[in-house]
Amino acid sequence: MTIVSLANLKRLGLTLLMMGVIAIMTGSPGSSTAPPTTGVHGSFFERVSWFGLFAVQRWVLFATLGVIVWLLVSLYRPQARNIRRGVNTVLALPKSITAKRPTRIAFMVLALIVVLILPKLVHESFWMYLIVEQIGVWILLALGLNVVVGFAGLLDLGFAAFYAIGAYTTAWFTGALPMPALFHHPIPTLWVIPIGVLAAMIFGVLLGTPTLRLRGDYLAIVTLGFALIIDDFVEIQTGVTGGGIGTSSVPHPSINVGFWHLHFGISNTPYYYLCLFFIIIFIMIFTSLEHSRIGRSWVAIREDEVAAESVGINPLKYKVMAFAVGAASGGFGGVMSAGLVNIVNPSLFTYQISVNVLVLVIFGGMGSIWGVALGAIVIQTVTSYLDNYQPWGYQINDLYMYIGALLIIMMIFRPAGLLPSRRRAREFAAAEGGEEIHTDEVLSGEQP
Amino acid sequence: MGFEHFWLSGFDQIHTAFWTYLAVGLQNGAVYAMIAVGYTLVYGVLGLINFAHGEVFMCGGFAGVFLTRGILGDRVGTGWGSVGLILAGVLIGGLVSALVATGVERVAYRPLRQRHAPKLAFLISAIGMSFFLQTLAGKEFGYGVNIFPGQVFEPGQVLFVMFGTSIHTIAVVSIVAAIVMLVIADRIVRATRLGRGIRAVSQDAETSSLMGVNIDRTITITFILGGALAGAAGFLYSLQSGIVQNAGTEVGIYAFTAAVLGGIGNLRGAALGGLFIGLFGSFSVPFAFEGNIQWTEIYTFLILVLVLIIRPTGILGEKSGRTA
Repeated sequence: MTIVSLANLKRLGLTLLMMGVIAIMTGSPGSSTAPPTTGVHGSFFERVSWFGLFAVQRWVLFATLGVIVWLLVSLYRPQARNIRRGVNTVLALPKSITAKRPTRIAFMVLALIVVLILPKLVHESFWMYLIVEQIGVWILLALGLNVVVGFAGLLDLGFAAFYAIGAYTTAWFTGALPMPALFHHPIPTLWVIPIGVLAAMIFGVLLGTPTLRLRGDYLAIVTLGFALIIDDFVEIQTGVTGGGIGTSSVPHPSINVGFWHLHFGISNTPYYYLCLFFIIIFIMIFTSLEHSRIGRSWVAIREDEVAAESVGINPLKYKVMAFAVGAASGGFGGVMSAGLVNIVNPSLFTYQISVNVLVLVIFGGMGSIWGVALGAIVIQTVTSYLDNYQPWGYQINDLYMYIGALLIIMMIFRPAGLLPSRRRAREFAAAEGGEEIHTDEVLSGEQP
Repeated sequence: MGFEHFWLSGFDQIHTAFWTYLAVGLQNGAVYAMIAVGYTLVYGVLGLINFAHGEVFMCGGFAGVFLTRGILGDRVGTGWGSVGLILAGVLIGGLVSALVATGVERVAYRPLRQRHAPKLAFLISAIGMSFFLQTLAGKEFGYGVNIFPGQVFEPGQVLFVMFGTSIHTIAVVSIVAAIVMLVIADRIVRATRLGRGIRAVSQDAETSSLMGVNIDRTITITFILGGALAGAAGFLYSLQSGIVQNAGTEVGIYAFTAAVLGGIGNLRGAALGGLFIGLFGSFSVPFAFEGNIQWTEIYTFLILVLVLIIRPTGILGEKSGRTA
């Protein structure tokens, strides 16, 4: 195989183009006051040194990298399949090891022990904060969205609304909002947990009943529309919700049972156990739901709604159920977050937050509970680390650039996610193999 | 200060300044119509909403403004020279947006299309593309309001006075440009060989490929057509309202509402829907409670939600199968 062929040259061009995009992505930012091309100019012509060895302009560096990547790909193209197979083997390792029941139980016990003693192992406050606020709460959100997107196959772009319902309910019942608490009697934060979860579920039913008749992209945009309406509404109603500033006086939870007094305070450890307890409960509920009659109905609706309806499944009922069940977990995440950071404001449920939760589900693997949990842990750790330490010229605002790129890359190369659910992986493979599993063939111009 | 009073004072304001509201509404409507056409065309050939279309619009706005500002330097355009400038801005905006739209199709759609991926995958990769473009623009050009209206033209340039209302140059230019471009797009889709290809793919992609239509090429052309219109709209929009990296989200949703209202897949319906949404947004301003402009957003989003729930085929009826 010769290196200099037309296909190879085309590939070189594409590689260099990609390197150019990466150079801009990682380069110096422009600003609103500087001339418009400052950022691009800096991304290519800034001098960088490689570990102090030699200093070159960035375009030299990225062009070299591009050529190296191109050479590697061209020379070792047959090996690419081996690499992909290797990745698959490594990722399938947890599943293959835990295939037998005793090993699975042993692994679970081990994992449980590790998560139980984790607060003793972690001392730096940043990592403890990260584990509770960035991972714990977001695992709850991702588990909830996983029910909606992963199990039932409904793309909800306003999922953060449930999170907000939980958080605002907490603020309302504890008397932190400008609006007085219900019956003018604030109640302790822990008591709000069932109320917040219930409120989110009711809201899920209210939102789902009219909208869930729609399919696919129409559903996505109608949920987005609702989320935007709620966002605007909360910001306008300053007298009720505190407007754009919200509130920052949600009390910390505390337990007073007889002689046992526990005030949660600013230490993260009690929250950790509270969060862990509920994550385990939600995982258990969702796992059993997945294999129940309801879960099978969701799968049937997801794979072929018409066929599901013809065998007696009421699609609307089960879709609304998926919304409500997913909302429960999201709502609890809201209560947790409100009690933990004391702050509730509209920035909790922007479109970006909804997409951020979606990324966790997609990355981990739609429909796979352990995959989603792993996705939440990996992505939230990386993003929090980047936000906090800002290495390699990374800036906080860059986050959604990488998240967007990650979504595209996942959809192109690994649509079923990191730890795919077996059924989901098969659905994707079957669709790609041309086998008819999905009625919504994209090219047939199906009408929603 | 009851509800009745609020209601009456709203009508009172419309009564006194009807022509101003009409002019603003038509101007915004022209922009929405041009973007809505892109949504509708892509929906015709691919059967899905292009979530990154709002960002295509945003890129056109940035490109056009930077070009014209580069030509002008520190001056601002006045007189007849501004007509040439607007033409240049519209052209470069359309060109850049057409390029971006092609890129979006190549990166976010084509690999999935070749694999027959399920619809959910397309939506997710389009959302990813939208976030990517938005943040990249923010990184390059700064976040928040960075191109103020009036950097290209003096904001208050009055072309003529009609019914006691001064009509701004930008409004006239936007409306004329929109009409011209929409008519061209309509002609292309209805009366040319390319348009026949687009319509054929909308009806039945597989059969049309058997009849000798190159599907990939047709889809690329559709994206170019929609992108060019959105880019031109982006430039016209930024002359009036300035352009921000996340302008595409909100304006995109308005335009999408317009496309659905007119019956998605229906080009003329999208244009009419855009006009309606523009007028509706403008005439609902006096009915915003306590003068809070966010209420007009809520009203428009409510239209979107209601149309989708009650009549998802749109007012004019869906024509996705027949005329693109």
